[in-house]
Amino acid sequence: MTSTVAPPPNRPPRRRSALRRRNTLIGWTFILPNFAGFAAFTLVPVLILFYMAFTNWNVFGKADWVGFANFQRLLGDGSFRISFWNTIYYSVMHIPLTIVVSLGLALLLNSKLRGVAFFRTAAFFPYITSIVAIAVVWNLLFSPDFGPINAVLRSIGIAHPPGWLTSKDWALPAVVIVSTWRDMGYYMILFLAGLQTVPRELHEAARVDGANVWQRFLNVTLPCLRPTMFFVTVMLTINSLKIFDLILVMTNGGPGQATMVLSQFIYRKGFVESQFGYASAASVALFLLCIIVTIAQFLWNKRRSV
Amino acid sequence: MSETQLMVTGEKRMRRLSEPAPIGSSQGARRVGRVFGYAALIVAAIALLAPFAWMLLSSLKTSNEVFSAPIVWWPETFVWQNYLDIWSKSGMLTWIRNTLLLAVVVTFLQVLTGSFAAYGFSRMRFPGRDVLFLAYIGTIAVPWQSYMIPQFILLSNLKVSNTLWAIILIQAFGAFGVFLMKQYYETIPEELSEAARLDGLSEYGIWRRIMIPLSVPAIASLTLLTFVNTWNDYLGPLIYLRNPDLWTIQLGLKSFVSNLFDTNYALLFAGLCISVVPIAIIFMLGQKYFVEGIATSGMKG
Repeated sequence: MTSTVAPPPNRPPRRRSALRRRNTLIGWTFILPNFAGFAAFTLVPVLILFYMAFTNWNVFGKADWVGFANFQRLLGDGSFRISFWNTIYYSVMHIPLTIVVSLGLALLLNSKLRGVAFFRTAAFFPYITSIVAIAVVWNLLFSPDFGPINAVLRSIGIAHPPGWLTSKDWALPAVVIVSTWRDMGYYMILFLAGLQTVPRELHEAARVDGANVWQRFLNVTLPCLRPTMFFVTVMLTINSLKIFDLILVMTNGGPGQATMVLSQFIYRKGFVESQFGYASAASVALFLLCIIVTIAQFLWNKRRSV
Repeated sequence: MSETQLMVTGEKRMRRLSEPAPIGSSQGARRVGRVFGYAALIVAAIALLAPFAWMLLSSLKTSNEVFSAPIVWWPETFVWQNYLDIWSKSGMLTWIRNTLLLAVVVTFLQVLTGSFAAYGFSRMRFPGRDVLFLAYIGTIAVPWQSYMIPQFILLSNLKVSNTLWAIILIQAFGAFGVFLMKQYYETIPEELSEAARLDGLSEYGIWRRIMIPLSVPAIASLTLLTFVNTWNDYLGPLIYLRNPDLWTIQLGLKSFVSNLFDTNYALLFAGLCISVVPIAIIFMLGQKYFVEGIATSGMKG
């Protein structure tokens, strides 16, 4: 019989090491089916990525080592710079907006209002709807001349509503609106789970001390939510930096390059223009951006909690 | 604020004489708060659901009514015909069959290998285990977009690109499933498996007879989340499935938009509704598990 119960101390050491070997073996058989696939199709590609970025790998699979040439080219590439700044611009708008909206929803749903259960379902609906459906519907809603959004805006007295996805200035904010609409149900659930951990006694004590709703939110709810807030921020940041499918289906980077983001730059260079080496260098940039920002967030969180 | 909470604190407030007790105004404030709460709920509900209403209504319009100024909000006559035409005028049936096949296989493999690996990570002790788990967690911070190119080249060299296998291979072994299941296994008391071990059950037996039955809620969460993700996935199929016979429903509907210059939008909306409805039903039925799954995945913060 296989047994992982710690052997009594008086057993001879040889048997103990045999037991440990067997444990290792059994442990690996559990992990292996998943790990084999995970290693082959995630870990190995990540390793290949760092090799490819230093080659001029093209569609024929011919690859010569070119050193840092790809990265030098990236620095001078105008559309790479545009995609980089668009990605940052998108993240800077999307992250705070989503946090505020989903936290607000979570606070609302944490109350004992009627219809809360229905609302929780409704809030989650956008998140489980496919990107294609979302993009098609919102493209029509945002349509400058035929769309309901501008029709409503005109009816409340805005004579020249924005051109949304057809306008260079408004296309990215429009994408931010849609992605916030899509994501808020998901993050709301995370906040709602966090709110369950806020001790009720603290709220009562603060109330007794005469703190109003806003003061209690600032001094009781927010500090208790810090772990959740941290997790949400980290996830939101990664998800914002890699934003791709929504933009691909809604605007395809346009008009011009107004909504071109890093992931899309990679996709274009790789799958449209078959410059796999050059696209890999851009991928490494995205990879490092995500890792560095995540690590920075972890360090900052650690320092703050000391 | 919950009502009971207000009542409880209201009582306390009466006892504290040092404090001014504005009971009347607090009741008024409570009413104002509730009104504001409901107003906010209604506004948010409209903002969340209006696009869906628009989609549903548009699917029942004539093609001209979808694009018209001034806007036609309510279809003049309900064109149910759209829901019949979509099947004959597109490859809808093929798309749904492919999508369903992928979603079922990916979900099955993810749940099976995920829960199996999670047992290894949470119940077995062996050198290298924690480093390995860290590698899993680490990839959550690595966007797929950054390694999609080497992955594509790897799978092309394995001659599986442009087959459904490609999607299965890249999606069935995610870190998320392992993480979610491990998170749940940690909550199951170790004593149960200890007792089973003393009764002579092997580790595999413990996994199958004790952990699996006890982790049904987590399995349900993982199943639903994986199924929905695979059903909705657009990028994977876009990159790997070039042959129209292999298209998933998302690729098919997207091609519907870009291929025809004069896209029949009413028909397209009917297709979109058909693609959203199964997911909506699955979500309604398993709502509890969705919410729990997501809440658990957020626990690690």
